[in-house]
Amino acid sequence: MGKRRDLPEINAGSMADIAFLLLIFFLVTTTMDVDSGISRKLPPMPEENIETPEIHKKNIFVVLINKNDKVLAGIGSPSNMVEINGDGSISSSLKESVKEFVSNNGRSDNSSESPDKAVVSLQNQEGTSYDMYIQIQNELTKAYNELRDEKSNQDYGKDFDKLDADEQKLVKKYFPMKVSEAETKSN
Amino acid sequence: MSKFKKNGGKSMPAISTASLPDIVFMLLFFFMVTTVMRETTLKVEVSQPEATEVKKMEKKSLVSYIYIGSPTTTQQLNFGTKARIQLNDVTFSRKEVSEIQNFIISERLQKDEDEIPYMTTSIKADASVTMGIVTDVKQELRKVNALKINYSTKKNKDVN
Repeated sequence: MGKRRDLPEINAGSMADIAFLLLIFFLVTTTMDVDSGISRKLPPMPEENIETPEIHKKNIFVVLINKNDKVLAGIGSPSNMVEINGDGSISSSLKESVKEFVSNNGRSDNSSESPDKAVVSLQNQEGTSYDMYIQIQNELTKAYNELRDEKSNQDYGKDFDKLDADEQKLVKKYFPMKVSEAETKSN
Repeated sequence: MSKFKKNGGKSMPAISTASLPDIVFMLLFFFMVTTVMRETTLKVEVSQPEATEVKKMEKKSLVSYIYIGSPTTTQQLNFGTKARIQLNDVTFSRKEVSEIQNFIISERLQKDEDEIPYMTTSIKADASVTMGIVTDVKQELRKVNALKINYSTKKNKDVN
């Protein structure tokens, strides 16, 4: 037998170049943005001749945003309302008053009867900026998230997002987020 | 004596680059798997508002996107600077907002029937647009019973 003949080795030196080329292509085309946002459920279109349920005034927390992005908030009638963003930024008083309003449980006469009955009514105008609207939505969500967190800590001893699905459902049922949005008024 | 004694004129052995392709391939696969190709080219300018209480969107295949913003500079020649609504690759003015109904219906046709209740509409609107146009969009969504919506926002960790 003669000497064992080696197969000529394929030169893999350019493999790295090819891989780099592909890598750079994917690096450039990739978009790392995770889609995130505030989820809401729209109310279905009202059916004809259906009576809108009467809601007691003290169960409604009204938030008004006008076309200059000024925010008023309060329970029931406009006379109780307070300006929220006098200095341009939203103060945390909105969140606090929403929390107080929702979790009142009938303790105070001019606040909601139970978290279940509490409704936040959000009204905006044609010229309201989307930015301000989202900030208000964010504050409202934050108020409810904190309430749910407190409730789940009290009942289960852990944060809301650490609960399992059934427990989350129960907490959500206790603090249902009811945000009603009237149609935009022009001007 | 010394360990680093030069052994007779012999040159330094080349560092083996044989494992370089492996490393690069690893990176490549990572990017291939994580990459999401942009389906549509944006014809409107969208810089989303910031919020803290955001949730990640699940089931991306069931999400339809509506972009709202003023046209990009190249589009401004045709459409001016007023905010427009982009559905797929076409933009519409506020007056043509009813096109959303067709858009949602055509999105539904592409999905299985049992997935339709889980479909979400993501509203990607520029922070500077006014609520007028957003409310119009929401009204159209209500008309076609596409009630699950998501206001797309950037995540902001700051505590206000």
